Amino acid sequence: MIALETRHLIKRFGGFTATHDVSLSIRKGARHALIGPNGAGKTTLINLFTGVFAPTSGQILLDGEDITALPVHARVARGLSRTFQINQLFGDFTPLDSMMLAIGERKGHGSRFWRSLAADRDVADEAAATLERFRLADVMSEETRLLPYGKQRLLEIALAIASEPKVLLLDEPAAGVPEEEREEVLSIVRALPENVTVVLIEHDMDLVFSFADRISVLAAGALFAEGTVQEIARDPQVKAIYLGEDA
Amino acid sequence: MTSGKTLALTLLGAKGRWRMWEFALWLVAIAATFLLPSQLLILTEVAILALFAVSLDLILGYAGIVSLGHTAFFGLGAYAAGILARDYVTEPVTGLVFAGLVSGLFGLATSFLVLRGSDLTRLMTTFGVAMLLAELGNQMAWLTGGADGLSGISMSPILGLFEFDLWGRNGYIYCLAVLIVLTFIARRIVNSPFGLSLMAIKRNPRRAAMLGISPKRRIVVIYAISAAYAGMAGALLTQTTSFVSPDVLAFHRSADVLLVLVIGGAGYLYGGIFGAIIFTLLRDWLSVATPQYWMFWIGLILVAIVMIGRERLTGWPALLARSLRGKSEPAGKETP
Repeated sequence: MIALETRHLIKRFGGFTATHDVSLSIRKGARHALIGPNGAGKTTLINLFTGVFAPTSGQILLDGEDITALPVHARVARGLSRTFQINQLFGDFTPLDSMMLAIGERKGHGSRFWRSLAADRDVADEAAATLERFRLADVMSEETRLLPYGKQRLLEIALAIASEPKVLLLDEPAAGVPEEEREEVLSIVRALPENVTVVLIEHDMDLVFSFADRISVLAAGALFAEGTVQEIARDPQVKAIYLGEDA
Repeated sequence: MTSGKTLALTLLGAKGRWRMWEFALWLVAIAATFLLPSQLLILTEVAILALFAVSLDLILGYAGIVSLGHTAFFGLGAYAAGILARDYVTEPVTGLVFAGLVSGLFGLATSFLVLRGSDLTRLMTTFGVAMLLAELGNQMAWLTGGADGLSGISMSPILGLFEFDLWGRNGYIYCLAVLIVLTFIARRIVNSPFGLSLMAIKRNPRRAAMLGISPKRRIVVIYAISAAYAGMAGALLTQTTSFVSPDVLAFHRSADVLLVLVIGGAGYLYGGIFGAIIFTLLRDWLSVATPQYWMFWIGLILVAIVMIGRERLTGWPALLARSLRGKSEPAGKETP
């Protein structure tokens, strides 16, 4: 079963082709890494997946459904969620507020205007449980922007999970996290539910090799190679363009 | 686990709770009916301006929509109430609801103008709509009285019971009651899941969309509610003065209400009320103290507030906001 698929996806910005005929299938439940040197078009691809950009041509399918024309929020509702490379959080909200928002929206409570937040018991319970799971329970009443970066990172992932995605796009989940908080973030990433398909966009090869079961390599906007971790690690061309002196 | 849930519920419960100072404010406002019988006309003015500013706060403070033409809805409501009273129904509460509906529908119809675009485009489109209405009001003299204003209004007693008296006592009680009820409703709205989603859209629309929020629908709804509030404020002005001046659609009213909100602080609902009190007192006092230069002083105060920063100049609105919204900061600061 294929969770996320692109067919001949092309994105041009003026004369520049950021995504060049990318056809990609990601199996349900996969831990799929998307790697490539800077400027390879990873972020553009994420933005095409999530609907921030409309492709110049080509199709995107989620669970077999064509979502190419859907706006961002409609894709989220169908089970496609992402985290951001740089935290996109509500700085003066508490983690509790943020979780109430995310879970409430998933349940379709967001247009309820005559109900207090506390009256949403099931949402509040789930928010507390999720905060607990993401090790944010003890800081649930702090302002988000005052939290240590690692905690903010955890909230970023918790928010994406709160929408109960089928496919979760993780954009460099450990980027910018200080060494001592890193393991906490990574353990959360490793513990993501198995039925969630995870697409990991990452620079850190150790993380990629320890986490992913399949890898796609992007170069200059095009899909350059795809295979299992072993295949990619052995591929001399991948080494040449990407791993470089690291290999 | 259980303790986390209990804590979450306690924290959420604290959000919407009434604070002591809120009770105090309304008690003082009610007591003023008896304590300041000679000042009731100006207090009525304050109540109307406060309601108008609360209406602006709903879109500016909560959804982040700047408007330089909010008086379009105020003026429309004022005319709607005036025409209804002159030609059809003279009972004030009916007129109030009617004006709210008319302005609310007009807000709904023009909300697409503020859905997209930058602050500048929003400033210009809202400004444009207000100008358009002002000119229409001026040209359609057969309906609005044109430049002479709409006269010939004589209101019947409120709910058939309370007559508008010469001293403005019932007028003030009426306006205050409307302000209290509508502030209470606004309070429920901003403390609801819907209100939380508005605050999220204001702070980070990208992230909000990534949580599955469709910003458009939320903005349309709050814009219409805000317009209805402004329309009812306009209706109160018409009903307490028995007259509609073309001035209700003038640019300075849009600017004044923005100023009121800047003085009082946006994003915690009471900023409009405090701002209206300060603004009206200041204007009154300055226009007596320096009749020719009061605009100069108002201008200077505005510049000072913006440059020095309201929080540093007067710590109290931030403190109030903090206590109102639980432990979180007042709105108005964007996250990067």
